[in-house]
Amino acid sequence: MALLQISEPGQTPDPHQRRIAIGIDLGTTHSLVASVRNGVSECLPDSEGRVILPSVVRYIDAERRQIGFDALAAQVQDPRNTISSVKRLMGRGIDDIGNRDRLPYQLNEKPGMVTLQTVAGEKSPVEISAEILATLRFRAEDTFDDNIFGAVITVPAYFDDAQRQATKDAAQLAGLNVLRLINEPTAAAIAYGLDNRSEGTFAIYDLGGGTFDISILRLTQGIFEVVATGGDSALGGDDYDRALVDWVLAKAGLAAQTLSPADKAALLSTSRACKEALSSAESVPFSVQLTKALINFEMKAENFEAATAHLTQRTLSAVRKALRDAKLDKGEIEGVVLVGGSTRMPQVRKAVASFFGRESLTNLNPDEIVALGAAISANQLAGNNTGGDLLLLDVIPLSLGIETMGGLVERIVPRNQTIPVAMAQDFTTYQDGQTALALHVVQGERDLVADCRSLARFELRGIPPMVAGAARIRVTFTVDADGLLSVDANEQVSGVKARIDVKPSYGLLDAEIARMLQESFSTAQQDMKARALAEARLDADRMILAIQSALATDADLLSPDGQAQIDGLIAGLRSTQTHSDAAAIEAATQALAKSTEAFAAERMNRGIKKALAGKNIESV
Amino acid sequence: MSVTAAVVAKAFGFDQHRVHSSEGRPTSDKCRRLFTDMNLQSNDFELFGLAVQFSQDRKAIDARWKELQSEAHPDKFAAQGAAAQRIAMQWSVRINEAHQRLKQPLSRACYICELHGAPIQAENNTAMPTAFLMQQMAWREALDEAGTLQTMEEIAATVSKNRHELLLKIEHVLDAEKNFIAAAHLVRSLMFIERFASEVDARIDHLAP
Repeated sequence: MALLQISEPGQTPDPHQRRIAIGIDLGTTHSLVASVRNGVSECLPDSEGRVILPSVVRYIDAERRQIGFDALAAQVQDPRNTISSVKRLMGRGIDDIGNRDRLPYQLNEKPGMVTLQTVAGEKSPVEISAEILATLRFRAEDTFDDNIFGAVITVPAYFDDAQRQATKDAAQLAGLNVLRLINEPTAAAIAYGLDNRSEGTFAIYDLGGGTFDISILRLTQGIFEVVATGGDSALGGDDYDRALVDWVLAKAGLAAQTLSPADKAALLSTSRACKEALSSAESVPFSVQLTKALINFEMKAENFEAATAHLTQRTLSAVRKALRDAKLDKGEIEGVVLVGGSTRMPQVRKAVASFFGRESLTNLNPDEIVALGAAISANQLAGNNTGGDLLLLDVIPLSLGIETMGGLVERIVPRNQTIPVAMAQDFTTYQDGQTALALHVVQGERDLVADCRSLARFELRGIPPMVAGAARIRVTFTVDADGLLSVDANEQVSGVKARIDVKPSYGLLDAEIARMLQESFSTAQQDMKARALAEARLDADRMILAIQSALATDADLLSPDGQAQIDGLIAGLRSTQTHSDAAAIEAATQALAKSTEAFAAERMNRGIKKALAGKNIESV
Repeated sequence: MSVTAAVVAKAFGFDQHRVHSSEGRPTSDKCRRLFTDMNLQSNDFELFGLAVQFSQDRKAIDARWKELQSEAHPDKFAAQGAAAQRIAMQWSVRINEAHQRLKQPLSRACYICELHGAPIQAENNTAMPTAFLMQQMAWREALDEAGTLQTMEEIAATVSKNRHELLLKIEHVLDAEKNFIAAAHLVRSLMFIERFASEVDARIDHLAP
């Protein structure tokens, strides 16, 4: 007979114990994972105490790979199979990639997104990013010796829909439950704002390895409202490295085309090291042995500054544009937060300080701040809410629209709209008897489709024949809180409908993701099953807990019959939970969720009404 | 003096005759509607607990918006399952829609006119006083000729002053006179001015460092 367990008073083993939630900063040059432990957000170190994981993946052969520092060390020796800065390729077609002749990789042109040819075969940027994410996931699992409930992954604010979707796919491929994609500057603001209890209007200047973001945020009582965002998803520290390479080549009288891949890699890594050294010195020696030449001289900070001034200026142009979008003068900015390792460059600090006329805030480590903020957000979204009232009101960075006659873009959702958002517009047919409509969804600020990014194409078929202009086709764009788009088209007269979740054209299907999951991370079947069961039980616990707490406050919204029905379903789920059938538990959880949907809606109505009432009393 | 419709259209940057190149592409009828399929009876003003009038305190609207989002945002229900997420998302979208419409004077004025049975119908009703049209033509010419950032910013300042005066007039006609038909006419003028202002901004964006 099993003994009854009695626990220490106040230490009841809670089945709804804290869920492990992590924040991941998936950076161009390096990535980090953080989590909130004992109320404090901290970056998790690897077994050697390092928090940074270089975002570098090396394919050694078909089976083996190295990720992080080991891969980074092999970059010069094996440039073709050692992939760094893969973030720049996420959701990108071959024509989107600048400087591609400088990359030591073999890129394959594929619809929507390039792939890379490696010794382990063709790899998509999504798969390579998934390797990095999985490494961080394992690190977190080892740290907590537990499964990870979910993760918040950060993306540059200026990422478009294809880049966001690719990031989410990579996380899924790495076996992570994505609680939310949040923008890097917003994550930084969370870490900064909570740490310093700041209020006011802030600019977050985020210059990473490969991306630049500027966000203007307003902080009030735990609410982070993004007023405007802007940037350049292909401008970062990498470009400073390349500008230095160009400067060195010009000085040495060498042409880039004559260099071997190994030479290119050596020159690039020497330049990167030189850039980093110049953050704390006025001049440093620059020395690299190439196949045909030795380059050796003393690099001065002022020369580096001059060679990269055009890049720094480009960031400031984006800052001006964001301020104009926010309808704010730079004098109204009450603080400037620097994020990203590239803001360590003295010329960047100097330029930002002189632009805003104030010293920037740098008391948090610019490398870690994004991951720290993401972890705070993840903790909140996982329901481990301790602090209370954090709320993010983020915006969509680029306008969304559809192609109309003549290759023009009709904008449906303008940039800097607070998400989630849904906007609709009515269209009509062009020809008599037209029964189908081709819809081409694009993103960007330009008027011509050719200058915007193509996100998806779909068709609305089965429109009854009518004279031109008689049909009423309402196209609704819905952008969720992750910033991801879905589009509905609905002919109002006949009721014909079409819908698409905008998946970028490279079209990673769920089945493909599942296949890659199996191939990449050959998790034993048994583990998968055990995990699925544990997750199903946890989900069921969460659902029951949520409904019970809802009943505790709002049971009066239900009829006695309704309450009895819910009680019955809860009891049913409880008994299903004791069996080891994950699918049955999921089904019972779903049934409970479905039957309480109306109740949830009623509660939500009550919540809003209460908020309204509270406000009306105040304003009387 | 006569100004033909085509010239007017061109002067205002309307492209009434779109180039039709391929079949099956949608043709916009420019009838922009925000998302309204929400199971919520209250109008924007009721939702935000505000009197139905043009004159509003932007700070109060923003504060109210944040208050409502704190109640309804999907993140507040992240641990409560898909159904709660969906409903929260609908509410959150509805609140953002109302905020968007209330915070901007133009859309707020349009909305008030519509609520009182005087829809704007900007596409079907382009009758404008000649003096207003002439002023618009003059502005467009000035913008076309403007080569420097400074001249463009001067144009922007003139437009902004005009806009401000028109807003005061609209406020009076809507809130004091309660003449919604007359207000709808003024709102149509405001649409022209705002369209022009955004073109000036775009040009400045293009030129600015």
